[in-house]
Amino acid sequence: METSESIFVVIKKAILGFFHGFLPDWTVVIISILISVTAIVIFGPVTMMFLTWLERKVVGRIQNRYGPNRAGIFGLLQPIADGVKMLTKEDIVPRAADKVTHFLAPVIVVIPALLVFSVLPFGRGMAAVNLNVGLLFFLAVSTMSTIAIFMGSWGSRNKFSLLGGMRAVAQMVSYEIPMVMSVVPVILVTGSLSMVSIVEAQLGGKWFVLTPWGFFGAIVFFLCGVAEVNRTPFDLPEGESEIIAGFHTEYSGMKFALFYMAEFMSAFAIAGLTATLFFGGWDGPLLPSWLWFLVKSYAMIFIMIWFRGTLPRFRIDQLMGFAWKLLLPFALLNIFVAALWQMLPAPKNLIVSGIAEAVILVIVFFASRKDSPKKRTYVFAD
Amino acid sequence: MDVLHNLARLGFFAATLVTLAAAVMVVTLRNIFHCALALILVLLGVAATYISLKAEFFAVIQILLYVGAIMTLVIFAIMLTSRIGDKTVLQNNRQGLMSFSLLALFNAFFIGSVIKTSWHLNPAAMTANVDAGVLGAAFMNEYVFPFEIISVVLIVALVGAIILGRSDQ
Repeated sequence: METSESIFVVIKKAILGFFHGFLPDWTVVIISILISVTAIVIFGPVTMMFLTWLERKVVGRIQNRYGPNRAGIFGLLQPIADGVKMLTKEDIVPRAADKVTHFLAPVIVVIPALLVFSVLPFGRGMAAVNLNVGLLFFLAVSTMSTIAIFMGSWGSRNKFSLLGGMRAVAQMVSYEIPMVMSVVPVILVTGSLSMVSIVEAQLGGKWFVLTPWGFFGAIVFFLCGVAEVNRTPFDLPEGESEIIAGFHTEYSGMKFALFYMAEFMSAFAIAGLTATLFFGGWDGPLLPSWLWFLVKSYAMIFIMIWFRGTLPRFRIDQLMGFAWKLLLPFALLNIFVAALWQMLPAPKNLIVSGIAEAVILVIVFFASRKDSPKKRTYVFAD
Repeated sequence: MDVLHNLARLGFFAATLVTLAAAVMVVTLRNIFHCALALILVLLGVAATYISLKAEFFAVIQILLYVGAIMTLVIFAIMLTSRIGDKTVLQNNRQGLMSFSLLALFNAFFIGSVIKTSWHLNPAAMTANVDAGVLGAAFMNEYVFPFEIISVVLIVALVGAIILGRSDQ
């Protein structure tokens, strides 16, 4: 129990202790940094590989078929087969493309997707960096993927790519606001931006999702997160039935795979962040902490895949209306409810904030009018 | 730990160098989209400088606001403006000498005033830990009046933007 709990921390300490024997102090610091970096750089792509497998398997089950089952047992070697296929594919660059931008976009899109893992606490004492502005760092860095999507869509010189890129940015700019607003209650209650102290505030089963504001905050945050990583039902930037593949229409081979990788790693990061902020992170009984974190994150991932297997794509006006008319006012009022919960004494706050939450939910739901496109009047030439 | 200290210093100079090089690119590149990308690099370099000065909060806010929001808007404006991103536009005109001499004059004055100022260092402020909590408390207590005024200005701007952007009824 004790060893499985801190196995990764113990391994790191052992490696550092080995090098400390004959190397000067400053190299040990650098080796310590390198170990964390290597762990993240390996963890990200491996997670991505098996998320592709999981997604195809689960969506297959939802659609009453088997999913991949040829390569290896249960198709577990399918991601490796895919990787070999992607690497050996011809890399096609359109003649009119802006060569530098077209090449840099898939490289840059992976960077924020990997960087955000550095502040996620994977277990007790297992955050690579305990930044005191960790949560803001996560939000700030994840916005940078927009720039890469832009570069890809503009550098391809393709109308479908450009349309996809513009959709992507409109969506990300809109959903970022309710997303940031929905984490404000967490900051308000814990009084810290550090991910580690946010988890520590929820230790012992006091998960924020069990409070009225936390429950709805988690829903708002998760929906915004799904929209941020362009997954169904928010996958307008790459809606394949409308604009081929959106911003990565002109990419093939490994460059396409990098876009794919960034998308899945961001999806996992959002799932992990939801688990950290609202579901107690690595807190849980019996099992070691890092396993709890993975279980919670994969539960979130499963919900995302479930969405994909169930829901059709939004229309663009529905997408915008959902963010601005429903999620944003609700996230704003949720801050007020969290303040009520924090200020009132213990038994009273649950009732008062619960009632306030219910009232707000009803008001926001009925105040946001059903959005239907304006009736067009056509003026014909005589 | 001397080596680490020097490495951190090297990082600071590297960030400064990248910032300056990207700043030159912003004004010399011919394609406006490339200029915008170079400007992003400048802003990231400034964020890196903040980090090396132990102001992580400012660095993160810099990325969140400038790279995440403002540059996204700039690029969006470029993409929405028809065909401006396709062309390679010469960025300088024939008034280079004139503006350069004016700028040199201004810079001479500016650098002179920087050198002349004696820069009193407040030891308490040097070691103060300026994190988000301290800033927030300062906004809500000492500087509440300017904070409120900025809030009002922002709300006016928001309402104005909504009125301007409203489709004709």
